[in-house]
Amino acid sequence: MTEALKGCMCTETMTEAEMLSELGDLTAEYRDKPGGLIPALQVAQSRFGYLPESVLRQIAKDFDKSYSEVTGVVSFYSFFSTTPRGRHTVRVCLGTACYVRGGKEVLAAVRKELGIDVGETTEDQQFSLDVGRCFGACGLAPVLMVDDDVHQRVKPSKLGALLKAYQAEPVAEEVVA
Amino acid sequence: MLNLTINGKSITAESGTTILAAARSAGIRIPTLCYLEKSEPTGACRVCLVEVSGARTLCTACSMPVADGMEVQTNSPKVRAARRQTVELLLSEHDGNCQICDRNQDCELQNLASELGVREIPFEGEKAEARIDASTPALVRDNSKCIKCRRCVTVCSAIQGVGALQPQGRGFDTVIGPAFTLNLDGVACVQCGQCAAVCPVGAISERSHVEGVWAALEDSSKTVVVQTAPAIRAALGECFGYAPGTLVTGKMASALRALGFDGVFDTNFTADLTIMEEGTELLTRLKRALVDGEDVPLPMFTSCSPGWINFAEYYYPQFLPNLSTCKSPQQMFGAVAKTYYAQKIGVKPEDMVVVSVMPCTAKKFECQRPEMHASGVQDVDYVLTTRELGRMIKEAGIDFRALEDTEMDVPLGLSSGAADIFANTGGVMEAALRTAYELITGRPLPMDNLHVQPVAGLTGIKSASIVLEDLLPEWAFLEGVELHVAVSHGLANTRKLLEKIRTGEAKYHFVEVMTCPGGCIGGGGQPRLTDDAIRCKRMDAIFAEDEGKPMRKSHENQAVQELYKDFLGEPLGHRSHELLHTHYHAKEPV
Repeated sequence: MTEALKGCMCTETMTEAEMLSELGDLTAEYRDKPGGLIPALQVAQSRFGYLPESVLRQIAKDFDKSYSEVTGVVSFYSFFSTTPRGRHTVRVCLGTACYVRGGKEVLAAVRKELGIDVGETTEDQQFSLDVGRCFGACGLAPVLMVDDDVHQRVKPSKLGALLKAYQAEPVAEEVVA
Repeated sequence: MLNLTINGKSITAESGTTILAAARSAGIRIPTLCYLEKSEPTGACRVCLVEVSGARTLCTACSMPVADGMEVQTNSPKVRAARRQTVELLLSEHDGNCQICDRNQDCELQNLASELGVREIPFEGEKAEARIDASTPALVRDNSKCIKCRRCVTVCSAIQGVGALQPQGRGFDTVIGPAFTLNLDGVACVQCGQCAAVCPVGAISERSHVEGVWAALEDSSKTVVVQTAPAIRAALGECFGYAPGTLVTGKMASALRALGFDGVFDTNFTADLTIMEEGTELLTRLKRALVDGEDVPLPMFTSCSPGWINFAEYYYPQFLPNLSTCKSPQQMFGAVAKTYYAQKIGVKPEDMVVVSVMPCTAKKFECQRPEMHASGVQDVDYVLTTRELGRMIKEAGIDFRALEDTEMDVPLGLSSGAADIFANTGGVMEAALRTAYELITGRPLPMDNLHVQPVAGLTGIKSASIVLEDLLPEWAFLEGVELHVAVSHGLANTRKLLEKIRTGEAKYHFVEVMTCPGGCIGGGGQPRLTDDAIRCKRMDAIFAEDEGKPMRKSHENQAVQELYKDFLGEPLGHRSHELLHTHYHAKEPV
């Protein structure tokens, strides 16, 4: 088994039971803080890759909030996902500046390149696709982000190479003990 | 105090007052839609826009605090145009099939459109796809009628502390509802219907039992009897243009007869019966605790309000042993009607249909609980809200205002004034004290006109205590005991009270809980819209009904005494246990 495959399996094979057993420690520090729900959801998503229903219901209990309130927050922010995500998240900005400078064409090119629609994940679990509404880099429009990297003045014709670099990237260092 | 002008009129208002409140106190009307009395303003609907001199844009009067020297215009051409356009925009996304809507002629959006002179909808809006949620026995939701005003969100979270309804998603795609796209049965909704009570449009309503009741009335093989909850008589008149707080007990009885019911009875009868059972249960628990030294669950909680039962089952299962095992008066009525009364008139339980008229939506859920088959069949078949009964009376072409007053039928229509006050917050407590005090002392409750003032009124959590002295010999074990009681209404208030009890901060012997603000008179099935002024008028009407009765105490009800003599035996006896008592189950708060 290659290192890359192992890294990939790490998220994918984490069962919901395993997530629930880790969840308490993971979110403990945010429980009694005002406004602690969003950071708690963020750490849970970073660790598990996504937020399944069982995790959200447990967070609702732990934070003494209704399930509907927790899902209200999760469904409001495009950052949160309730389905398993790819190893990399591609976010294409469709804020005003990016939109007028070709963001829509960039999005069309990414969809074509990855063969998936917004909100979906590639079959090999490498990429998920989202749209964003401004990353605060309007001067560099059109912008897209892959994970935490901002790519500026993106040209649809160069997308293939841009994404390929991530696909090839080894993931050994992502495997946290 | 701050000085300002509204439409040129000089007004003084305290700092922190909103423009809306200042205008209302000066008799100036500003239309509103999302505004909900005593709740944090959301400014969501933009209908209350006003012009403030020097402000860059129009302001929402519901959320804008007044300032010294402020000049407000509520009726400028700019304001009128903006308001009308706001309503036009709301209408552009709204399923506007008014003629076939549950809220036709009882709709705040329809009224606003009329009031603001909307004559066309100049915008072609995308409309939400209709998705009907009829997953619970109590309520039906229709998203395509929702205008996202969020009143239901406020009432479900802030007033009831449940939070079943929340905005999901964002922007145009926002849906007000349970988690993601779940139906109400996918979350811990207590089915109180306060969301339906505050909805300005037809997006949330009770699940109608009207067709079932018409069918039963048409079925000649069935004996159809009806019971009306105490709170109906003080509110039904509002469906026919009477002022809130008009008692229509006699006209209601006539209307029910005209609809074709074979027996016109009163939930009051079983409210009196509840006091006999619940009072005995309380005294028994106190005896076991004080004399036998047993570890008895105290305080005892009332169990009349099915939304509260759901709330306890979801959120406070540790208190389930503290709930009185008494069924609610509605369910006691069903069980008594289909056994005692059915035998009396020679009808089999399966050939009798029991219809309830309730101020409540959770009662529709309660009657379907599997425990509620004491007669061998479902004890209560249909539950109509006050609003549904109003609709049936209209549909039958009955001129309600022209009806004569008539009495309810015997024996299940007889009741004391103590039963009437079950409708008000604090009423069950007062009724219980009237009877319990007299039973153990041989003297009437030593309070002005038998009213327990400290537990009456709209304060969220109320308490009282009474020292028990000079008791009859068989109750000597209670001599000198100071009986502590508390009353809460609204489930957020109840949660606060339960936390105090749980932590030991407060100790009581007996606690009354009503799900809805004000008690049943403010129930989720009452005519819309109920505000505190209307709650007070309905409560006054209920007290007037009580004070006008020759018998004011449940144990004086001769028909109830006969029921014990001929059929039940004694309170908490074997037959009572089978017919009138129940048990509760912890539910996972999904």
